[in-house]
Amino acid sequence: MTTSVVPPVAEAAQPPKGKPGQEGGATGGAGWFTYLALGFIVLLWVVPTIGIVLTSFRTRDDAAASGWWELFLKPSGFADMTFENYQKAIQGTNLGEGFINSLAIALPATFIPILVAAFAAYAFAFMKFPGRDVLFVVVVGMLVVPSFVSFVPMLRIYRDLGIGGTFPAVWLFHLGFGMSLAIFMIRNYMATLPMTIIESAKIDGASHFQTFFRLVLPMSVPVLASFAIFQFLWVWNDLLVALVFLGPGENAPMTVSISQLLGQQGQNQELVTASGMFSMLLPIIVFLSLQRFFVRGLTAGAVKG
Amino acid sequence: MLEKTLTAFITVLAGVSAALALYWVLNKISELLPEKYEERLKPWFYILPAYLAIAIFVIYPAVQTFIYSFKTKVGFPAESWTGFDNYTTLLASDAFRQTLLNTFLWILFVPAAVVILGLLVALLADRLPTKGENAVKTLIFMPMAISMVGAATVWGLVYDYRPPGRPQVGLLNGIVAAFGGDPIAWLQQNAFHFNSFLLMVMLLWMNVGFAMVLLSAAVKGVPSETLEAARIDGADERQVYVRVVLPQIKGTIVTVFITVLIGVMKVFDIVFVMTNGNFNTNIIGNEFYLQFFNNNNQGAAAAIAVMLMLAVIPIMIYQVRNFRAEEAAR
Repeated sequence: MTTSVVPPVAEAAQPPKGKPGQEGGATGGAGWFTYLALGFIVLLWVVPTIGIVLTSFRTRDDAAASGWWELFLKPSGFADMTFENYQKAIQGTNLGEGFINSLAIALPATFIPILVAAFAAYAFAFMKFPGRDVLFVVVVGMLVVPSFVSFVPMLRIYRDLGIGGTFPAVWLFHLGFGMSLAIFMIRNYMATLPMTIIESAKIDGASHFQTFFRLVLPMSVPVLASFAIFQFLWVWNDLLVALVFLGPGENAPMTVSISQLLGQQGQNQELVTASGMFSMLLPIIVFLSLQRFFVRGLTAGAVKG
Repeated sequence: MLEKTLTAFITVLAGVSAALALYWVLNKISELLPEKYEERLKPWFYILPAYLAIAIFVIYPAVQTFIYSFKTKVGFPAESWTGFDNYTTLLASDAFRQTLLNTFLWILFVPAAVVILGLLVALLADRLPTKGENAVKTLIFMPMAISMVGAATVWGLVYDYRPPGRPQVGLLNGIVAAFGGDPIAWLQQNAFHFNSFLLMVMLLWMNVGFAMVLLSAAVKGVPSETLEAARIDGADERQVYVRVVLPQIKGTIVTVFITVLIGVMKVFDIVFVMTNGNFNTNIIGNEFYLQFFNNNNQGAAAAIAVMLMLAVIPIMIYQVRNFRAEEAAR
C-alpha cells in the first residue's frame, strides 16, 4: 500500500549516503544542462503565482489597464500598490465570513475523525477479535471510493433530518469519508510501536482506556499530526462537498464564495486575485511550517475518495 | 461577525466534546459488564463508531445511489422505476459521449505526464547541491497545498482573454500581443481538445510536486553500489538511468500513477470553476453536478456516480491485493 513503501520526505531531504565529499546526488553532479532545464521548469511553475501576487496589490484601474508584467517595464507602478483589494474582498464579498466558515468546517472535520479513528486503530493494532483482518481490508477498499456515490442519497437524508445546509452535515460527511484513511494511517503507525510497552502496561494493571490515552496516543503524535494536516488541508480546499451540502449562502466557505466570484465574468480581476491569495494564505503557512508532516499525510492519503 | 465566530467556535467545541463523551460512555458501559464480556466486547465498542460512520456515510448511500440509478425523479411523488433508462439515455447522448471522451483524455494524459515530469524534476534536482535541491522542490511542491479554486484564480490570469483592442491582462495573450498577434480566447479553442489540455495543465501544475517528492525519495533509496557497478561495467549515464535506476523505483512509479489516476477520475473543481463544462471541456465529475443540481435529474446523477464507482473498482481490488501482499511480507 502507498504508505509503507515510501520513506517520508525528511529522509529524502538528507544528503545521499555513501558519497562523502561530493555535492549532488547519487546519479552525478549538476552540469549546465541541469541548471538550464531546472531553471526553465521552476520559472514555468512560479510565473503564474507571481502574476496573482502582483495583481492582487494593484488598483482596479491598473489591473484592468495593463498586464502585471508591465510593472517590470515601468517600475513606477509598484508605488501605486494597495491593500484596498484585500479590504474590499474581505468586507465587500464576505470573504471574512467565508474564512470563519472555512475554519468552522475544517477544524471539527479534522479533529472528530482523529479521535474516532484512533480508537478503532488501537483496537486493530493491539486487540484480538474475530473478523479483525476482514474488517481492516474493508477500510483499505473504502480508501478509493469517490464521494460522488454518496451525494444524492445523503442530501435527501439531511433534508429529511432537517440538518441540510448546516455545519454538522458537512462534518459528518467528512467524518465518513475521512475515516478509512484515518484508520489506515494511524493503525499502520501504531502497528510499529513496540508491543512490549503495551503489554507491560497491562501487567501493571492499566486498562485499555488508560493505555490508549496515556501511552499509545502520546506515542502516536507524529501520525496524528500527519493526518490532521492532510485532512485539514483537504477539507479547507474542498469545493464539491461544501457546494453540495452548504451551497452559496451564509454558511459557505471561502472556496464556494470564490467560485461564485470567478463565475461572474467581468472586470474584477483585482478582487478575484486578492480573494484567491487570501484563501491560500493559511494552507501555504501550514504547508511551509509543517511540510514534513504534510508530505507523510499526502503519501498515504492522496488516494482518498 | 463576532456572533458568527462565537457560534462557529461553540459548535466546534460541542462537536469534539460529543465525540469524546461517546467514548467515555461506551467505555463505562463495557466496564459495567462482567469481566469475561468486557474483554470480548471492548474491541467492538472501540471500532463501532468508526464503522458506523463508514456504514452511514459511505456504504449505505452507495447502495442507495445504485438503486436510484434505476429510478426517475428520486424523492418526488412521481418516482418510478425506469430500468436502465438513465444509463441508455446518457450513453446515447452525444454530449455525454464527449464528456466521457474528455474524461478519458484526462485519464490518458495527466497521470502519465505527472509521473514523467515528476521523475524528470526529481532526477535533475538530485544533481543539485542540497540547498538548491530543497528550494527547487519546495517551489514545485507548493501548489499541492492550495485549493483547485485557488489554482483557478492563479491560472485565470494566465488564460484571461479580452476582446481585441482592449489591453490584454492575461499572460498568454500578453505574449501573443507582444508578437503582434490577435488575442485568443484560450479556453474556447476546442480543436483537438486544446482547451481541455489547458485545464489539464492546471492539474499538472498542482500534482507534479507530489510525484517529484515520492520519486525523489525512491531515487535516493537506490543503492549507489548498483550504479557504480553498472558504470564499471561500461554503462553510460542514459543506460544507468534506464536499466538500473528505473527498475528499482518501479513500485513508487506505480503508486504515484495510481494515486494521480484516482484523483483525475474525480476532478470536478477545475472544470466547474474555469468553464463549467462549456466549449466541450466537460468531464464526468462536472457532469454529475450539472445533472444533479442544474437539471435536477437525480436518476442520471446517480447513474454517473455508479459508472464512476465501476471504473474505480479495479483499482480498489488492486489496492486490497497489494495491501494483503505487503501484510504477508511483514
